[in-house]
Amino acid sequence: MPRIIKYIFYDILRTRFILLYTVFLFVCTFALYQLDSDTGKVIMSLMNVVLMAIPLVSIVFTTIHFYNSYEFIELMLAQPVNRKTIYLSEYLSVGLSLCFAYCIGIGLPIVFYGLAPGSLTLLFTGLMLTLVFVSLAFLASVLTRDKAKAIGLALLFWFYFSLIFDGLLLWIIYTFGDYPLEKVTVALVAFNPIDLARIMMLLQLDISALMGYTGAFFQDFFGSHIGIVFSAGVLLLWILVPLILATKIFLKKDL
Amino acid sequence: MKIIVFCSVLVFTLAYAEARTYRVSKQGKITTLKEAVALSDHGDTIIIEPGIYKEGNVIIEKSLTILGNGLPTMDGEHKYEIFTIHATNVTVSGIRFIDTGVANINDLAAIKILDSKGIKIQHNKFENTFFGIYLANTTSSLIEKNTLYSHGIAENQIGNGIHLWKCENITINKNNIKGHRDGIYFEFVTNSLITNNHSEGNVRYGLHFMFSHNDEYYNNTFLRNGAGVAVMYTKNVKMIGNTFDENWGSSAYGLLLKDIRDSEVTNNTFFKNTIGIHLEGVSRTNFTENTFTENGYAVRLQASSDDNVFNRNNFSANTFDMATNGSLVLNQINGNYWDKYQGYDLNKDGIGDVPFRPVNMYAMIVERIPAAILLWRSFFVLLIDRAEKAIPVVTPEDLKDSSPSMKPYDFAATSK
Repeated sequence: MPRIIKYIFYDILRTRFILLYTVFLFVCTFALYQLDSDTGKVIMSLMNVVLMAIPLVSIVFTTIHFYNSYEFIELMLAQPVNRKTIYLSEYLSVGLSLCFAYCIGIGLPIVFYGLAPGSLTLLFTGLMLTLVFVSLAFLASVLTRDKAKAIGLALLFWFYFSLIFDGLLLWIIYTFGDYPLEKVTVALVAFNPIDLARIMMLLQLDISALMGYTGAFFQDFFGSHIGIVFSAGVLLLWILVPLILATKIFLKKDL
Repeated sequence: MKIIVFCSVLVFTLAYAEARTYRVSKQGKITTLKEAVALSDHGDTIIIEPGIYKEGNVIIEKSLTILGNGLPTMDGEHKYEIFTIHATNVTVSGIRFIDTGVANINDLAAIKILDSKGIKIQHNKFENTFFGIYLANTTSSLIEKNTLYSHGIAENQIGNGIHLWKCENITINKNNIKGHRDGIYFEFVTNSLITNNHSEGNVRYGLHFMFSHNDEYYNNTFLRNGAGVAVMYTKNVKMIGNTFDENWGSSAYGLLLKDIRDSEVTNNTFFKNTIGIHLEGVSRTNFTENTFTENGYAVRLQASSDDNVFNRNNFSANTFDMATNGSLVLNQINGNYWDKYQGYDLNKDGIGDVPFRPVNMYAMIVERIPAAILLWRSFFVLLIDRAEKAIPVVTPEDLKDSSPSMKPYDFAATSK
């Protein structure tokens, strides 16, 4: 498995996309720090990058990469190697290289400019989101044989989690505004990894506006140890469930 | 007539000549303050030497000067009110008061002053008192440089630090109040001055006043109080140079204004409050040169307020700069600095060319449905917010700053 990972890793490096991605994140973060002296504000802006750009890049890049290495996978399958090993190696090398890019691109400048409250959460949620969307991309890739369709599906995933879901949630909150919705919304939020990541960040940043009865309820839940473990656990589930599903499909799939 | 003048002169000189000093000490001739008070006459001075005095309730009905030498302690033994003053021109200074009784019916205090005039309470310390200093129906008095500390837990277990009811011409200066129910409480107090006080960690309000007209508040600090500062049913109040910090929690305001008229809120700093200023039924009040930083809501302007002017304030790093609950706008908001302003200034006069709308659309939604706060800062909300900025539908169209400043004002320079 390590050897396969090594080859895939070289392959990823050869496309130079990962390098560009790292440089993009690095320049972005540095520029934000240059523009604003208030680290709290910078973290806030970075949060937008993390919540928008990182899922998008992760999911699209992974899907494209998967189809580009289709021939490689077929070749490997001709060898006496376990299907699962190949698939997981693919996942690990893509996931790790994206995480690596993220750590250098955003992590380095953050550490360089000094840790502010929330920056560790930012790093953590960014890494989790990267892995979640790599998982989703793998799922999208095994669902169809057509590359264009898979990319479409991947984009749909991204679109759904960053936009449509929130719209639906707001609609539900609006429609059922007369009922006590606190617990329901907490449960619903668990169905969207981006929302979970955002709330984890929010609690570090604008707690005061979250106050009021409802805010205090959310603060009590997500701010407590149980809440943090809950959010992290759900994010982990978001990584594992699509991956396991995708692996299962891949194992039975007629390539 | 001459005889009367002569007599009164004689009486005055005699009184003056006979102004004596009594020393109360554990070892000396007079061992209790009660004894000294009984012996003394108008205009006398009593000096209390160091020691712990447990005398129950001391009633002072003469014009005395009571001074502590080396901070003697008056102990209320968790049972009594310590001093009850009912006379003119009494001075109490340099004494430590501890452990008064707790009673909600007769409001036990360390020093209670009733129907008096010309009282001076200075340099005293109050520890674990129910009420600290309690003034009722008193005029022309000074409360200065006292320290009041209590460890208030529940509202009904603790009284107010400095409590004034129906007073006039009172000066409250440089006191330090911590852990009471209300730090400073005013009801029907007029023409008074509250300056340089520090009110911290009180269970309810740092400063609470009602029906108290023509009062002025300068350079006070209100820190981490349960619900900040509440000002209600009052006209002609001046609040200048105060600091409202970290009043945080589900019902915390920096400054809560309710039914206030013709007042002035100038040069104050609001930092990290859940709500900087909450206005309800406020009329003809000027808000100038205030700084709002890192608050949840900087200003919550209820539609019941009218003719208020917001001018030359700095708003930065607040989650919501302004929130309101209706579409009717009868207030003027002009020439403030908003860090969220994204307009331009073509003629370089320092004033933005397009108006700024401080009310965030999402703030309106949250006002209506609090659970919606969960979606704050999501991409979706950002989009509808942008759409709303372009074509206001939900937010009041007239609530805008037509001449926003491009740069933050530097108030430190102007005030010096």
